[in-house]
Amino acid sequence: MSSAAAKKPRPKYLSLSALLFEIRLPLPGWISILHRISGALLVFPLAAWLLYMLDASLASESGFEKIRTHYLQLPIVKAGLLLFIWAYCHHFCAGIRFLLLDLNKGIELRQARASSVAVLVVSLALTALFGARLW
Amino acid sequence: MRDWLAQRVTAAIMAVYTLIVAAIVLMNTPLKYAGWQALFAQGWMRVATLLFMLSLAWHAWVGVRDILMDYIKHDGLRLTLQVFTLLLIGSYLGWTIQILWR
Repeated sequence: MSSAAAKKPRPKYLSLSALLFEIRLPLPGWISILHRISGALLVFPLAAWLLYMLDASLASESGFEKIRTHYLQLPIVKAGLLLFIWAYCHHFCAGIRFLLLDLNKGIELRQARASSVAVLVVSLALTALFGARLW
Repeated sequence: MRDWLAQRVTAAIMAVYTLIVAAIVLMNTPLKYAGWQALFAQGWMRVATLLFMLSLAWHAWVGVRDILMDYIKHDGLRLTLQVFTLLLIGSYLGWTIQILWR
């Protein structure tokens, strides 16, 4: 019985087109894949970019002022910072959700769906909040 | 420490640091150079930031390695990307030390 199950070809839907057009990924699945995407973006290039800004802002007063009054005013830089804020908030909130799931909290389907919505909403709301301060 | 546990411990360390630094920054807006410089001149802040970056290094390595193992099927390409990841994370650590103890 088990060998028959093992021989049956397993469906794999890892391609982007399959993910977007062939299957309907449930919301907790989207939280998971966005956790990976945001994590990868944070490692590269966002961490390098933030280190660059930390370096310039701490090096000298003129460097700090250049970052604050010029660099951070550029629309492309603001957009990048917004992406960073979203990635950080999403990774943070989704990570806390995964920690709670590890502790067997919220593993019922309804709660798992509700917490997925909460992760999406809270991280987008935090992004909007910090974004509003930025502009 | 197993990767699974390391991923969670490093996450908790980074979360605590994030909340502390976010609170300090948000309570001191608009930020001036003197305050910013003084914050990172304190010994505890330098050590805390270094511990954050060490946690990030470990966390990022486990996370990126998992992603590469799942999606990159070609052994040579995966090994190459893993080496690049280690070099990248290592240079982040070096850069951080340079920034903090200038």
